[in-house]
Amino acid sequence: MNLRRTAAMSRKEFIQIRRDPRSLIIALFLPLIQILLLGYGARLDANHIPVYVLDQEGSQDSQALLKAFQASSYFDVVKVAKNYRALVKAIDADQCKLGIVIPWDFSKRLDDAGRTSVQAIVDGTDDNSAQLAEGYAQAVVETYASNMQLDWFGRYGLSQQAISPLSVDYRTWFNEDLESKNFIIPGTVALVMALMGALLSSLTIAREWERGTMEQLIATPVTAMEIMVGKLIPYLVIGLIDAVLCAVFAVGWFAVPFRGGLGAFFLATTLFLIVILGIGYMISVATKNQLGASQYALLVTLLPTTMLSGFAFPIDQMPAPIRAITYVVYSRYYVSALKRIFLSSAGISDLVPELVAMTIYAVVIGFFATRAFRKSLQ
Amino acid sequence: MNDVPSIVVDKLVKRFGGFTAVNQVSFQIRSGEIFGLLGPNGAGKSTTIRVLCGLLTPSSGSATVVGFDVARQAEETRQHIGYMSQKFSLYNDLTAIENLQFFGGLYGVKGRALDERIAWAIKMSGLAGSEQLLTGELSGGWKQRLALGCAVLHRPQVLFLDEPTAGVDPLSRRQFWEMIHQMSREGVTILVTTHYMDEAEYCNRLALIDEARIVVMGTPTEIKQTAIKGDLLLIECSPLGGGLAAIKQAPGVIDASVFGAALHVVVSAGRQPVTELPAFLAARDVRVGRIEHIHPSLEDAFVSLTGSRALGREPSQ
Repeated sequence: MNLRRTAAMSRKEFIQIRRDPRSLIIALFLPLIQILLLGYGARLDANHIPVYVLDQEGSQDSQALLKAFQASSYFDVVKVAKNYRALVKAIDADQCKLGIVIPWDFSKRLDDAGRTSVQAIVDGTDDNSAQLAEGYAQAVVETYASNMQLDWFGRYGLSQQAISPLSVDYRTWFNEDLESKNFIIPGTVALVMALMGALLSSLTIAREWERGTMEQLIATPVTAMEIMVGKLIPYLVIGLIDAVLCAVFAVGWFAVPFRGGLGAFFLATTLFLIVILGIGYMISVATKNQLGASQYALLVTLLPTTMLSGFAFPIDQMPAPIRAITYVVYSRYYVSALKRIFLSSAGISDLVPELVAMTIYAVVIGFFATRAFRKSLQ
Repeated sequence: MNDVPSIVVDKLVKRFGGFTAVNQVSFQIRSGEIFGLLGPNGAGKSTTIRVLCGLLTPSSGSATVVGFDVARQAEETRQHIGYMSQKFSLYNDLTAIENLQFFGGLYGVKGRALDERIAWAIKMSGLAGSEQLLTGELSGGWKQRLALGCAVLHRPQVLFLDEPTAGVDPLSRRQFWEMIHQMSREGVTILVTTHYMDEAEYCNRLALIDEARIVVMGTPTEIKQTAIKGDLLLIECSPLGGGLAAIKQAPGVIDASVFGAALHVVVSAGRQPVTELPAFLAARDVRVGRIEHIHPSLEDAFVSLTGSRALGREPSQ
């Protein structure tokens, strides 16, 4: 491989990117838009779920329970409903996701039988939100109940130890508050790399064919290898810049921790980019037209990275056959590495399995990519 | 010019599926020679050039360029050749100077040599002062000279030009041919395809190609002499069509065809048709205007050799 020819190729490609507004948007703005959208949009936890309450009793106890709902940041008590029908209507009209009904005999049954219940009506149209609302509501009620129990025991002079001989103290590592943004945002770096890398690299060879510049290019002594490396270097550089941009945004804007090593971050990102760019390049060689190439490239890079990499949908919760498929999805290794680099303090030595897997992919894809393009008009 | 062949093509065949684009084509070109491939679009000129540049592999036969087999040593060949493809194919979104730098880099020209060659190319193409313009904004003649500049930055021994002057104004065409002749004097072997008859006259030697085969080869003068066996007359008459039909029956007429607004008629040498033919045509209700002896052009030769098919027609492929 001749360095001078490769450099000439890279330089030309850089100039073309600089002069092409579409490439510039894909290279610089798309990643920002993507991380903002995903950072804000792709949250799996819910805050400020709108709630209607219906207090049929209006006692001190029932009001205390409703206060517990009001105090929780998970819920916004939007309105106190006058009757049951108003509450049902509010759920139908999507004015609230949860309705809490306190029955007229709430405190009476509490006093008489020592146990009572409240009704929670959950809007189940969004499965995930419904489950969250249900879980949070249960937590609020349980906290209220155990406080009441403590009170009761206190009044009868029993110590706290007597009621709770054993308890589990949970401590969640790496994502202490179990915030879904910390779980999701590191993975979006992989999405940004896949989208940007696939779109831009899929245009490289197709553009030369479409603009009629290929014939002149392959009549020069430049080799297929030099064309490939020269063309992809600018996108590798842009990809790394985008990765830094995403990381800065993740830490600075979304307050996601970055605890791992920068070396591991750049190594993993470079390996992933080599795979993505290699795939995009091969597709560009095969289709020879820009539109088709970009469509195919998105299909084979962005789709598996979104669905099967564990970016948002945890791999260990997938059905066994799908889980088996994820082992061949190259992005799973990158997403896994990213999460550990951001959240745990993983360095290169902690990520050997991921890095080895990605190196194998990079070598295999690189091998086929160098053989994909033939300097011929046939 | 010397006698060492720079390009040797031997029984070259190129097929695309069932279609034979180049059929048993053989020729040799000496160093420093300007060799023209003349023929209608689709005759196989571009395919021949592409095979010689290593862009297409021959189906059979062989071709060597400066001693390298173009099929097996394509990369070595490309070090020594310059190529200007039929369609303009520099980068429109690069400036003139960026295109030159790019191709200079690909051809491995470096340092001061590259600066000198770029300065030369800019002077040669008349682009001084416009080298920072985007190539897409240049006029046809400028683009074409810039493309030539890019193709010869590395001082190739052989230059392939595929329809280099298509779509370029007459003044630019003349300037272009002056540059070609200059390079030829410096020893560069030039293979050029064209369907312009006047351009073909600039070549040292020509091969007429029609339907994938070489019909005739030689200097322009040789070709004209070989093709026209007899004397050539120009006859203005009306109606033109009736005159053509009638004159083919006249005694001593070998061939006749329409050229522009007149007939070109080949008659047996030594006869005196100028006096006989007007009477013959008048008897058949054809009014004769001017009638005179003319020198055959390459187009006459081509028409006579291929059976009255006009050359400059547009592609039907």
